[in-house]
Amino acid sequence: MKRFQAAALAATLLAVAAPASAQAPIRIGLVLPYSAGPFVAIANEITDSMALALEETGYMVAGRKIELVREDTAHKPDVAQAKAKKLVFEDKVDMLVGPVASAELTALFDFAHQAKVPLVIPNAGDNEVTGEKCSPWVLRTSFSNDQIVRDMGRWMAAKGFKKVALLAFDYKAGHQLMGGFKKPFVEAGGTIVTEQYPPFGRLSDFGPWLGRIRDAKPDAIFSFFAGPPATLLVQQFQEFGLDREMKLTGAGWLVSPLNLPSQGKAAAGVIGALNYVPAIDNPVNKSYQERFQAKFKRVGSEFGAQGYDTAKLIHAALAQAGGKTDDKAGLVKAMHAVKIEGTRGPLRIDPKTNNVVQDIYVFETEMQGDAVGYKVLDRIRDVQDPPNGCTLGG
Amino acid sequence: MIIQLLNGMQLAMLLFLLSVGLSVVFGLMRFVNLAHGTLFMLGAFVGLSTAEATGSFWLALVAGTLASAVVGGLLYLGLLRRLQAESPLKQVLVTFGLIFIGLEAARMIWGDYAARLPGPAMLAGSSEVFGVVYPTYRLFVIAVGLVVAAVLYFGLERTRIGAIVRAGVDDRTMTAALGIDIGRVFFAVFVLGCGLAGLAGVVAGPVLSVYAGMDMGVLILALVVVVIGGPGSLKGAFVGAVLVGMVETFGQVWLPEVAGMLLYGLMAAVLALRPQGLLPAGPRP
Repeated sequence: MKRFQAAALAATLLAVAAPASAQAPIRIGLVLPYSAGPFVAIANEITDSMALALEETGYMVAGRKIELVREDTAHKPDVAQAKAKKLVFEDKVDMLVGPVASAELTALFDFAHQAKVPLVIPNAGDNEVTGEKCSPWVLRTSFSNDQIVRDMGRWMAAKGFKKVALLAFDYKAGHQLMGGFKKPFVEAGGTIVTEQYPPFGRLSDFGPWLGRIRDAKPDAIFSFFAGPPATLLVQQFQEFGLDREMKLTGAGWLVSPLNLPSQGKAAAGVIGALNYVPAIDNPVNKSYQERFQAKFKRVGSEFGAQGYDTAKLIHAALAQAGGKTDDKAGLVKAMHAVKIEGTRGPLRIDPKTNNVVQDIYVFETEMQGDAVGYKVLDRIRDVQDPPNGCTLGG
Repeated sequence: MIIQLLNGMQLAMLLFLLSVGLSVVFGLMRFVNLAHGTLFMLGAFVGLSTAEATGSFWLALVAGTLASAVVGGLLYLGLLRRLQAESPLKQVLVTFGLIFIGLEAARMIWGDYAARLPGPAMLAGSSEVFGVVYPTYRLFVIAVGLVVAAVLYFGLERTRIGAIVRAGVDDRTMTAALGIDIGRVFFAVFVLGCGLAGLAGVVAGPVLSVYAGMDMGVLILALVVVVIGGPGSLKGAFVGAVLVGMVETFGQVWLPEVAGMLLYGLMAAVLALRPQGLLPAGPRP
């Protein structure tokens, strides 16, 4: 009998003292367009930057290992949803991270909401996802469209830009970003002299629209373009000599580090508003840029910074939950509870909307030596979205 | 206003370069080649690769034009020649299939990203014309279109070959009966048209972006140009291109809500009032 007690005691001690790493790893499923579509480069940069952040922790939290499981959506909504299902039901991931663009978001959103699996959005700005359509299971670490441009409207009015022309593609994000800028700008006394919405995906020449804008004689253009069209606009703005008559401004993706190589010197002198620029002066960003540049030989963009911050925030939440991932609602609560210092400054998730609360930077591009660089003009702190019809209530 | 006129003219000249081959080939042979836009894209891509390899826009211009002419010629000898006797529906279906083959081939070879072909350094920057600042390169685009139009006009109106082509358009059987090898003339015209489509592609490169699928939008515009101007006619292609270029440019900026319909409205009106087109080919009175 004594022997039995001793054995039981020993067994209990062993169980308690067993290394925690014997537990199953925490798995994070990435659903991003790695193979096709316009966002392959962004998907890779988000993933690489998440890996950078997790390397700093040794891929460990509360004694458990963290694994990233990647699945390729091929930039197709139906594939995105199928891959999310596979990650959750076959690979048993504890949470999902994705997508890049709003086109794939609806499919992922619906699945995460029904399956009650936390989905963390590392880059897609549709206002409704953290507004009237919000879900207790879908959190966003990137931005909402409105959050990026709302304060820029007031800022430009305050800086003496009286008359502004709006220019964006004729699709949901274009209208959200223009609308988000327009309301506070007009309330602050500014005038919109013309609004131009070229057809999405058909345009390869800004000539006719720039001619129309010149006739309206604005002090500045406020625009939203990303990728190749952004490069086209920056170059044609200069070719048409508009740089002699007005300022080119916009949501900061216009002069993203990803576009600068193809834009050349034409990119200097653009004013943008964004949640991140490489020039942000804080220790987290400095260390991120140093490590990213050492590894990839180029400047990390806002997309990479969002990926890095996303991984840091998830890691902090997992630590807060003590590494326990069975209780998915508890995991979301932990995401709400943590505050971190990210590349963009202080970050937290607002429980009322599930959208990130962050600083927005107004910056200008300028020649620094013989390359174009960024200069921060202003920093708007703790930009938080109103609920906009979201009834999570926090 | 002046800027928009110049923009319209620039688009018109690109459309003219693209449509003239389509139009004359159709006039000569009653043959519809929907893959004409694909040759425009091919010229742009070959030009892009040449410019990246050599750094010279002018070499890109030559390479893109030649590539489209050669591929067009091979297409004709290998496939399209057999379709001549077939119904228009078959021609449309086969050449429509070629569009998708071309699209996927471009994706495989050049990837899925839009790139911009750098223009020649000597044409960089802006010029003052009629008191407005306008990109110099676009003035060059307009000039290229006008020069090509003048050369083609002279060639058609003042040379023996031009007379044979005109005769072929007017009455093919009679021309052949006079002992002229109409097949060879047609082949030459076809290859020249394809080369001009490639030239248009390279010239468009610095203004538009070069990407897989850039052919779809311009192909439709080119077809509208042919219908409005009147198939088989050089003057028709020129007038049609100017009309479409202006309507497209002014329409999308001044009446964005109806811009899409404006062009087709114009086409419908022309078809209703003059089904043969504004300046159709044919015996002059």
